[in-house]
Amino acid sequence: MHHRGNGAASRLWKDSRMTTAQRPQEATVAHPDSLAIPAARAAGCPFDPAPGVDRARREEPVTRATLWDDSPVWLVTRHEDVRTVLGDPRFSADATRPGFPFLTAGVRELAIKSPSFIRQDDPEHARVRRMLTADFMVKKVAAMRPEVQRIADDLLDAMTDGKNSADLVTEFALPLPSLVICLLLGVPYDDHAFFQEHSQTLLSLRSSTEEIRHSSDELLAFMTRLAETKRQQPDDGIFSRLVARGELGDAEIASLGRLLLIAGHETTANMTSLSTLALLRNPDQLARLRKDPSLVKGAVEELLRYLTIVHIGVPRVATEDMTVGGRTIPAGEGVLCTINTANRDEDVFPAGDTLDVGRDARRHVAFGYGVHQCLGQPLARLELEIAIETLLRRLPDLRLDVPFEEIPFRHDMGIYGVHALPVAW
Amino acid sequence: MRIHADQEKCCGAGSCVLAAPDVFDQRDEDGIVVVLDAEPPAGLHDAVREAVAICPAAAISVSD
Ligand code: HEM
Ligand code: SF4
Repeated sequence: MHHRGNGAASRLWKDSRMTTAQRPQEATVAHPDSLAIPAARAAGCPFDPAPGVDRARREEPVTRATLWDDSPVWLVTRHEDVRTVLGDPRFSADATRPGFPFLTAGVRELAIKSPSFIRQDDPEHARVRRMLTADFMVKKVAAMRPEVQRIADDLLDAMTDGKNSADLVTEFALPLPSLVICLLLGVPYDDHAFFQEHSQTLLSLRSSTEEIRHSSDELLAFMTRLAETKRQQPDDGIFSRLVARGELGDAEIASLGRLLLIAGHETTANMTSLSTLALLRNPDQLARLRKDPSLVKGAVEELLRYLTIVHIGVPRVATEDMTVGGRTIPAGEGVLCTINTANRDEDVFPAGDTLDVGRDARRHVAFGYGVHQCLGQPLARLELEIAIETLLRRLPDLRLDVPFEEIPFRHDMGIYGVHALPVAW
Repeated sequence: MRIHADQEKCCGAGSCVLAAPDVFDQRDEDGIVVVLDAEPPAGLHDAVREAVAICPAAAISVSD
């Protein structure tokens, strides 16, 4: 087993600082065609979309940009247009189709070599998705509330025991959804250092193709071994039941298990720490939540909107000539729906650049849109609601333990957030 | 108001249940939408319209 060991978190932190410093702070859009994706965020505005992409939303909402390999891609930046694209099956999610856009060579490797239903079209996609929808439906997830609450309380007990400062990412935001998804899937939590480490490699925009291949193989081998264990000793976890159905091949089972494991912990972990930071930076909004915890449910929607951690874009490829926002996207060309700019669209969210925990943000597209819209969203919502409510209730004096300028943001990752969040209470 | 839900289109993410829990539910076996009250009282119409607006699969429609 390949482990980078405990130094990994601090190394990531250091690496990400270097990248941020070396990077031009604002992508120039002298000519819209030259907008390079991923575009850098502006210095001092770590919660806002990259200025180049946000400007495109206002000036040329369906616009051309270029990817890492200089291949062209269409950016679709407004709320209405994003829903049009993601809601129309003629924009395919099948990563094996020519023209499908990838964020890095490594992402391409991953999506083509070991595909799962997130990058397939119906009917193949629906066939697998329907094997899972019952496990993530609202009432099923609601029944998990006491268990998730207990996990949140246990983590905070351990974090605060005899201490008054900690890294919120490693002590709370990451273990909470990791424990929950392990429980649901039937993955031993003891292996968390292993799968968290390899997930980081798969999600890093700076991983080489070799690194991606290695981590991908490690995780697939892990899931294959686990499938074998479940065949011998079935339990009532999701993974065991998928294996027992006997409808999926070994390779399909492994890549599906890997997808659920990664999607199930990385996303909520980053939303939890980034939400905490955004609230600490907006003390008026934090005070409103502390005063009236009944606002937390709505605040979760607003934080999902405002922070949109799937921050580079949701990829599709046109299978016919399509007109979007008055422009023609020819068949065979790739599209990135920038859901982070769509979630700032003033036509739907007035004063969209402002965090307002009292607003009705339910029409956000932070979970995507169309038939691929996040399968785990009821779970993500429950975890975020409990995480935020419990943190605020139990740590009335919560504050940053380093200057804001020193927080290492995940500019280098496919899922946005912070690498570490030193807090005190 | 009369509600139509297309169980073929539904992708089971449950947004309608969150928006209008008195009107929508999900089938136990596969999480697909079920309409609990196809002609809901006026007090629920706004919630139903919100569910229509956020359903990612455009699986819900209403007629008068
Ligand atoms: C705040 C947390 C989360 C965010 C922001 C998020 C975001 C997203 C987005 C944007 C998509 C659509 C991708 C596309 O259309 O190409 C998606 C799909 C998906 N998400 Fe999440 N997600 C979150 C949490 C979770 C959790 C907790 C799980 C649990 C397993 C999960 C599992 C999935 C799966 C399986 C898909 C693929 C669904 C399909 O293709 O039909 N996600 N997510
Ligand atoms: S919101 Fe739409 S897709 Fe989701 S469960 Fe309801 S009907 Fe189905």
